[in-house]
Amino acid sequence: MIELDDMDRTLLRALAEDATQSAGALARQHGFSQPAIWRRIKRLEDAGVLKGRRVVLNAEALGFGVTVFLGVKLATKGRVSLEDFERAITAIPEVQTVQHILGLYDYRVRVVARDISDFERVLRRRIMTLPGVGDVEANVLLSEERRPGPIG
Amino acid sequence: MQPDDTDRRILRQLQAAPELSNNELAERAGVTPATCWRRLEKLQTNGILLGQQAVIDWAALGYTVEVSLRITLDKTQTRAFDEFMEAARAVPEVIELQTFLGRVDVRLSVLARDMAHYQHIYRTKILTLPHIADIEALMHVAEIKSSQGLPL
Repeated sequence: MIELDDMDRTLLRALAEDATQSAGALARQHGFSQPAIWRRIKRLEDAGVLKGRRVVLNAEALGFGVTVFLGVKLATKGRVSLEDFERAITAIPEVQTVQHILGLYDYRVRVVARDISDFERVLRRRIMTLPGVGDVEANVLLSEERRPGPIG
Repeated sequence: MQPDDTDRRILRQLQAAPELSNNELAERAGVTPATCWRRLEKLQTNGILLGQQAVIDWAALGYTVEVSLRITLDKTQTRAFDEFMEAARAVPEVIELQTFLGRVDVRLSVLARDMAHYQHIYRTKILTLPHIADIEALMHVAEIKSSQGLPL
């Protein structure tokens, strides 16, 4: 595991907010030299801390007005293979994330849809028909914010 | 602004590979580099392309435990939502805050180094948040799908 110093933390915070900043821009803004920034970013990438980028889009402006989180419980545990269920659910384009969890449900699934009736279509035709699906709970997302996390 | 098919094609390719150069992206989307650049500019100024964020692998930084806390608030308090959210934002280990319409009011994603650390955070920083009526914890076992891309 990699130990972070203040410079690493500054860079992580800056890149988590805007990953498109050039080393030159970061250097000017934070008072480090450009080669030092390159070296640090390379080191964070090699250590697996920086693992790529995420494009942030305005879902609503692109016609996706509804995001719903589903808690899915499998009905016949042991009889249906988890792999089959996972393969089938990840293949649905409207399914953005699938997390295997411990607790009240087996899976937590994030679904995006154009509107509530589009969501109903996805739920009925694609999700409820998957092998092994039992109890499903739905919560409609109202707001969401990401925090920088414990960078320090 | 109403994004057309060309915009969607460019965004789809960008989502799939955010680190591409403008020329590579243009080639994959089947447009000229000049068009690609102009379209991205326009999508940005119209608030459709909101930016790019670095993805941090918290496990590489020693945070191996992630817990979803599903929280019901005491809604008899008129300021319950605002006060709860404000206090939750101040906890560095909270990386995501979501509000819902449904059985759950708020969900927090909490990171911890291990279970002992989680227990400490839970007791000293989560249970002390204001207006909590009920908490349910779900532990993440595995991330099966995490594209979070829109099905453009």
